[in-house]
Amino acid sequence: MSDVVEKTLTALPSLLSLDSQPGSTKLSSTSKLGTLIRGITELTSKHEEEKLIQHELTSIKEQVSSPNTSMRQMKELMVRAIYCEMLGYEASFSYIHAIKLAQQGTALEKRVGYLAVSLFLNESHELLLLLVNTVLKDLQSTNLIEVCMALTVVSQMFPKDMIPAILPLVEEKLNHPKEIIRRKAVLALYKFYLIAPNQVQHIHNKFRKALCDKDPGVMTASLHIYLQMIQENPEGYKDLTPSFVTILKQVVGGKLPMDFNYHSVPAPWLQIQLLRILSLLGKNDQSTSEIMYEVLDESLRRAEMNHNITYAILYECVKCIYTIHPKSELLEKAAKCIGNFVLSPKINLKYLGLKALTYVVQQDPKLALQHQMTIIECLDHPDLIIKRETLELLFRITNAQNVTVIVEKIMLLYYLYLVCSCFLVFFPMNHYTYAPDNEWFIETMNTVFSVGGDMMQPDIPNSFLKLLSEGFDSVEEDRKLRLFAVDSYVSLLQGEPGKLPQRFLQVISWVLGEYSYLRKELEAARVLRLLAKLLDMKNTSSETKSWVLMAMTKLCEGRTGLSVAQEVSETYSSSLDTVLRQRAQELQHLSQDWELQARVLPRDAGHEPLEVDSSLSFLDGFVSEALAAGAAPYKPQHQRQEELAQAKALSLEPYGLSLPISMSSCSIADRQSPTLLSISSGLSGDSTELSHKGGSTSLKLDGVKRVWGREGYLAQREPVEESAHVEVPSPLRSPNHQGEADSQTPTPTPTPDPEQEKQQLASSLFVGLSSQSSVCLMGKSEPTPQRFRRKTKGPGSSSAVGEQISNSLVSTPSTVDNLLCNNLLESNITSELDVSSLEQTSQLAHGLTTANGNCDVELTDSDIKGSSPSLNGDNEVVAADPGSHEDPDGPKDLCLSSHLPAELSGLSHSEITPLCSKQSLDLSACHVHKDDFLVLVVFIYNSSDSDIQQILLELDSDELEVSCVCDNRVQEARSHSVAVCQYFLTVKRPSVHFKVVGIVSYQFPVGTPQSVQFSYKLPLTSFIRPLTLTTEEYGTMWLDFSHDTKQNLTLISDGQEPLAATLNMLEKKLQLHVVEVIGMEGIVACQLLQDQPCLMHCRLHAGTLAVWLRSPVPDLPDCLMYHCQRALQEH
Amino acid sequence: MMRFLLLFSRQGKLRLQKWFTPMSEREKKKIIRDMTTMVLARQPRSCNFLHWKDLKIIYKRYASLYFCLAIENQENELIALEVIHRYVELLDKYFGNVCELDIIFNFEKAYFILDEFLMGGEIQETSKQMVNRSIEASDMLQETMEEYMSKPAF
Repeated sequence: MSDVVEKTLTALPSLLSLDSQPGSTKLSSTSKLGTLIRGITELTSKHEEEKLIQHELTSIKEQVSSPNTSMRQMKELMVRAIYCEMLGYEASFSYIHAIKLAQQGTALEKRVGYLAVSLFLNESHELLLLLVNTVLKDLQSTNLIEVCMALTVVSQMFPKDMIPAILPLVEEKLNHPKEIIRRKAVLALYKFYLIAPNQVQHIHNKFRKALCDKDPGVMTASLHIYLQMIQENPEGYKDLTPSFVTILKQVVGGKLPMDFNYHSVPAPWLQIQLLRILSLLGKNDQSTSEIMYEVLDESLRRAEMNHNITYAILYECVKCIYTIHPKSELLEKAAKCIGNFVLSPKINLKYLGLKALTYVVQQDPKLALQHQMTIIECLDHPDLIIKRETLELLFRITNAQNVTVIVEKIMLLYYLYLVCSCFLVFFPMNHYTYAPDNEWFIETMNTVFSVGGDMMQPDIPNSFLKLLSEGFDSVEEDRKLRLFAVDSYVSLLQGEPGKLPQRFLQVISWVLGEYSYLRKELEAARVLRLLAKLLDMKNTSSETKSWVLMAMTKLCEGRTGLSVAQEVSETYSSSLDTVLRQRAQELQHLSQDWELQARVLPRDAGHEPLEVDSSLSFLDGFVSEALAAGAAPYKPQHQRQEELAQAKALSLEPYGLSLPISMSSCSIADRQSPTLLSISSGLSGDSTELSHKGGSTSLKLDGVKRVWGREGYLAQREPVEESAHVEVPSPLRSPNHQGEADSQTPTPTPTPDPEQEKQQLASSLFVGLSSQSSVCLMGKSEPTPQRFRRKTKGPGSSSAVGEQISNSLVSTPSTVDNLLCNNLLESNITSELDVSSLEQTSQLAHGLTTANGNCDVELTDSDIKGSSPSLNGDNEVVAADPGSHEDPDGPKDLCLSSHLPAELSGLSHSEITPLCSKQSLDLSACHVHKDDFLVLVVFIYNSSDSDIQQILLELDSDELEVSCVCDNRVQEARSHSVAVCQYFLTVKRPSVHFKVVGIVSYQFPVGTPQSVQFSYKLPLTSFIRPLTLTTEEYGTMWLDFSHDTKQNLTLISDGQEPLAATLNMLEKKLQLHVVEVIGMEGIVACQLLQDQPCLMHCRLHAGTLAVWLRSPVPDLPDCLMYHCQRALQEH
Repeated sequence: MMRFLLLFSRQGKLRLQKWFTPMSEREKKKIIRDMTTMVLARQPRSCNFLHWKDLKIIYKRYASLYFCLAIENQENELIALEVIHRYVELLDKYFGNVCELDIIFNFEKAYFILDEFLMGGEIQETSKQMVNRSIEASDMLQETMEEYMSKPAF
């Protein structure tokens, strides 16, 4: 082809206009893109580039919006716009033109248009909706290339909710005569399956057809879907195993057309795909595995050529062999294969060999033994990635005998690994199981802390402290461990504590505070003085200081202790840092009052679960006192800012961040500070806002300044690294090494004979890997060993591990979540009833929504057939018990409304819905709206020939107060007539929907007493009434209300004025009262029955309606917001 | 499944980007930055694989151009390397002795070839002939149609 074009070009040089795109020729010197690119390469500074591109973009912008630009020029402009975007400059003005180009251009132009769209827009971009029509049109085109382009763009990006629109067309393409279209269609469906699996559920059998397609390409494409589906549910596709095996056999046997060969290997991609599918199918399944042994053997044998691609197949083959039910003969061959990888001089293969070893070593530890020398060599490989992989492998073969050496090896290499410090997260805890003794463990942890220091994930110190505080099986062991920790820390503090990382100091101070009493001869005053020394050091962070102060609070006793404590607390009680000030105050007060101290900080309290009152309800009294004394009610931060912004016309944007900064002390304390809770409590007076606020402060801070990272003070990296070098060897020279001959041999200092050293290292690394230790190794396969896992279940320790506190801060469920939940579960919101009963489902079937599976009613059978299972919204009952059909009394429902009590008959009432029916008793209900109250009316219809007396109706609700209108709760229903009960409903607690559950018990003249349960649901809106206010009244009320919520809602756009239209609709649907509309803003008022106002403020903002609801009633704004949203959606 | 493919020069200039899963602009920018720094910092004679978050990064250098492909964790590294190689072969076949400049100046062509080769993060067509045939088919249509349509009638 390129030749053809070349000829065309040489033949027609004069005809090439300036802006044409040469096909496969080298760069054209004349094209505008060429000029642009060349222009950029000639520039020297970033600034110049910026100027040039801006200039370019302006000229593109001018041209694209000009009506005279032809599609052809547009294509060229689009290519330039893509180029500018690739350089990182935004060209958003061209997005819409890209879509236009895809819509209107001819072949090549369209293609560029589609390309631009796929590069510019992402799946959630609103402009993408405009593309749907174009795609639809192209999918129906008779031009194959257009269909191809449409399928390509669909698989690249398509709005999820528009998939149903094009799905039938794509499905149709599965039967297209051209295999390329079929293949693309399958891949497009695969993409749909990934982003919206339930949308393509109905075409699973078509996937089977694609699998059997005569074109191998289409079949290959369908395997992507199968791999995905089998991953999710291997059981469902076991029957396909023989087919996959046959396909693989044919591929391996070279039965495919030559076209599919890649470097003379038949269809390697297909082979690998099949091997992966087979390994999923054969996992833990002997019979399925047996089907594939032969073909796996064949694959291993055939893949002998020395080329990357055959190694890729081999690697997959080995993985498959080790995943499925084992067969010793195959395992042997696979092991040999791994050997080829590991021993290969090619570094990529070595890497994969190590990976394969890591994968199989759990089943076959001896394999690692075979390659021990290579592994040792890899440990010293200059490539960090190889090294990391080796460590990972060593990690898997750790056992009680070699743990010391492996850990030591890891430590020595450690400083290289600050980059991948994630490695250490699972390191120490995992290994404690194999730790030879306490001393070793503490020493090792000391090294980890002093080397890893502030680079370390906070989980490690946290879980270390947790481990210490929760202890192990034996009390004596725990005591010894803690004692040793105390001793070792005291000696560290006596040395040069200034060199220790902050995080380690925090650990030390906690441990000393908590456990130094264990060492009887150690005076508290001495520890106090050591700790006080830490406070005086210059580079101690304030977070550490607060840990230290906390420890001192626990320790101070005796006269000397008191004097130290007093001195320290005096210094820090005037500190600028609020956290420190608080700690200092605590120290001062507690040190004077020992009784209080013993109560607040009981010794050895690690085992009791710590309950955190995240709602801070204990402050309620304080808050109400303050309020009574005239204090302003607490307002959440966003609200304060909003008010500020509204109060003044000037924009206060630059100051917006000042609030979070003032609280920075709180977030410095991060998640492991013991102080977080108290700070939050100090900041918030309003309990419900706590969780919300905590989130927003930390979020805001992210953007401010990255001085503090997760790892601590970011500027401190360098010194830590240095100290690492110094610190490494010291703890390794621990006394217990002398006890173990094995671990003695490898020393950090280089020995004259490196080869011998390696041998020795190997012998100590791989000790215990022979068969007798395999049990131990199998245990390793779990990421966290049993011993540690047990610990994590336990409650957190007393004050040390802040995790709990922060968890409780985060996990307080917000109303919004609940709302979301409701939203998902409830498909119908109007008062609806779901009932099912064994006997009479058919009677009710028309009025019910049992099919949705969200039945709210449970029917307890207490009649003679009491043993029959009570069903919960299951439609199958009808089918199961067709004999029990009874014809419903048709006109019954219609005439029920005539039974409404006279005083209610003129008022609007909801639809009368059946509640339940049993034998001859039918219950229905509706609610009647009055201006100042809501009445629930229950109709009891007796269809039997005998009167029913003593009908007792009891209603109850969590959120509503139900009171009977008349005192007489007992009713009687004459034969074929209706009895009516009325109830007043008032709101106790706002909720999106209210549910009234009731039980009716009755007795026929002959027969046993029976009862039926039912439930009735009604939305919040039934209780909403308009509230007539003047704007002034509104203004004064607005500021008084403390509960609020904000959300952007969609506007109704069909009317002339969207704001007025939207508000009118809300007024009509939800019975609100529009107080006033001023320009872009509107204020609306309503009340929840019995005078509980709720105010709404709406503002047009960027095409949406920014709604702000406020009320004195908690939860009311949230619930009302939900209904506003629903109302607008339904519109 | 593949997640993204980036082509960048030795100076870290982006030449081509293909994202197979939706990603925000900010994420993309961050990834591009991370990839260029990580890959360019690699020593010669290191392996071609890297870890980045939960993804495997497979990179390979062809002359002055780095090809960097991100795959999911369970995928096969070696075959990913061959995906890159096959793409280079396709480019080579189309441009004839391809060099970085070809890709810079005709990047949209490079995209089209990629679209014929990979689709939705999976290999679509492994046969070199077939890819070229379909590229040529559409090229033929566009080039000839265009060239001849715009040709002034003598």
